[in-house]
Amino acid sequence: MSEVLLDPVAVARGLRRVAGEIAEHGGVRDLALVGIRRGGEPLAERLAALLRELEGEAPPTGSIDITLYRDDAATALPNPKIGPSRIPFEVRGKRVVLVDDVIYTGRTIRAALDAVLDYGRPRRIELCVLVDRGGRELPIHPDYTVRRVELGPGQRIEVAQKDDGAWATIEDASTLGGT
Amino acid sequence: MGHHRGRIHPGGNVTTTPRARYPHRHLLGIEALERTEILSILDAAESFFDVSRRSVRKVPTLRGKTVINLFYEPSTRTRTSFELAGKRLSADVINISVSTSSAVKGETLLDTVKNLEAMCPDVLVIRHQASGAPHYVASRTNAAVVNAGDGTHEHPTQALLDAFTIRRRKGRLEGLVVAICGDVLHSRVARSNVLLLRKMGATVRFAGPRTLLPPAAEALGAEVHDRLEPALEGADVVMMLRVQRERLAGTFLPSTREYSRKFGLNEARLALAAPDAIVMHPGPMNRGVEIDPAVADGSRSVILDQVEAGVAVRMAVLWMVATEAEGEPIAGA
Repeated sequence: MSEVLLDPVAVARGLRRVAGEIAEHGGVRDLALVGIRRGGEPLAERLAALLRELEGEAPPTGSIDITLYRDDAATALPNPKIGPSRIPFEVRGKRVVLVDDVIYTGRTIRAALDAVLDYGRPRRIELCVLVDRGGRELPIHPDYTVRRVELGPGQRIEVAQKDDGAWATIEDASTLGGT
Repeated sequence: MGHHRGRIHPGGNVTTTPRARYPHRHLLGIEALERTEILSILDAAESFFDVSRRSVRKVPTLRGKTVINLFYEPSTRTRTSFELAGKRLSADVINISVSTSSAVKGETLLDTVKNLEAMCPDVLVIRHQASGAPHYVASRTNAAVVNAGDGTHEHPTQALLDAFTIRRRKGRLEGLVVAICGDVLHSRVARSNVLLLRKMGATVRFAGPRTLLPPAAEALGAEVHDRLEPALEGADVVMMLRVQRERLAGTFLPSTREYSRKFGLNEARLALAAPDAIVMHPGPMNRGVEIDPAVADGSRSVILDQVEAGVAVRMAVLWMVATEAEGEPIAGA
């Protein structure tokens, strides 16, 4: 079973809104967007473009791979593939907004916080997500959310980002066996 | 894979790949590795290379793991490189060298390993003068074993860091011509390198005095030359090996000066290689013997790049064997 949560129009509208909120909370001065690989990467780019429209200036963007920072890095994942992190700006003193497609347990964000802090000491770190699906296992919450939905453990969010826009769908885990 | 995040990506865009990326428990030699496994290590090393260039040169990946460097032969570079690699992964690293160990008191290798095992190390990095020592230990310990050089047999992490350095400079390994020059007969560096480079599709030429060329070089897939010049002709990579002083005193070679005159790499000889050829040396160098200082310090030398690559490659190796040492992966995690 698959149910559409956000279609490309809803995603575009929601991103426009959270871009406005990010600007409202301090403009684009000293702002930097860091997408969590790989789902957050294209969203960070889209938010940067929206902020350019709103504020006349795009914040720098980067991406971060959290593989080496996972709390199960040494046990649960034999030989995962590490992707490249790309932080082409000075983190020190910046207001960093982490961007991801889905927040669930919060463990990915915990790892991303550690990863960003190893690049320097930002002034503050905020979090922006496309979908907050509930189910947190750590006291971590997004500052900017396009859509919040409470899902059971048997369900999950699939985000597909294509050239013609992004879709977020709710899937029953049972129908996705083997993936 | 990645299910805990409650998402999958289209197009196989997952953050993990199966255990098959590095299905071995140890790293004992290049010989046992598949081409794809070598590529996995080199690709992982690229990410670790970036870690060493950040403001905080450390990741928490192997927190709580213990790495023991057990060195039965003197080594500064390799031991330091493994030590730094372990520390940058947040592992606890212990160094044991022969001069401070109980080996001088007559304890056998196996007894030493059994004693160390009581300290529950996750990884044992071993250098030993006897070929096959790491294999012997690997079959008798619960820790993952990494060969840091065994006798005249293999030095796999050196070959991997050499390949990493070549790939960064040349963009590829396949199709390159690599000249490996000097005391090939006694060199585990040469042996691991020819095994790796042949698997990756490079051409390897050995050059050295006839007394220092291995009898079975052709079986390893290398061309053999008893003069330096034909081996250098058009080469993309020139790898000079260290001449071991003790061999110069023996029957293998007449004298240092004679060796340098015939087999030393100087500017004139390097001109025979490809115009963009790079010069490598596993260290430590005998300046003025196998390599002229002008070449060692010249613009085509990547000798210090090799040292930097060593840390990244060893981080990748420690990470791969330490995660493997944990046993079966958690299903669906």
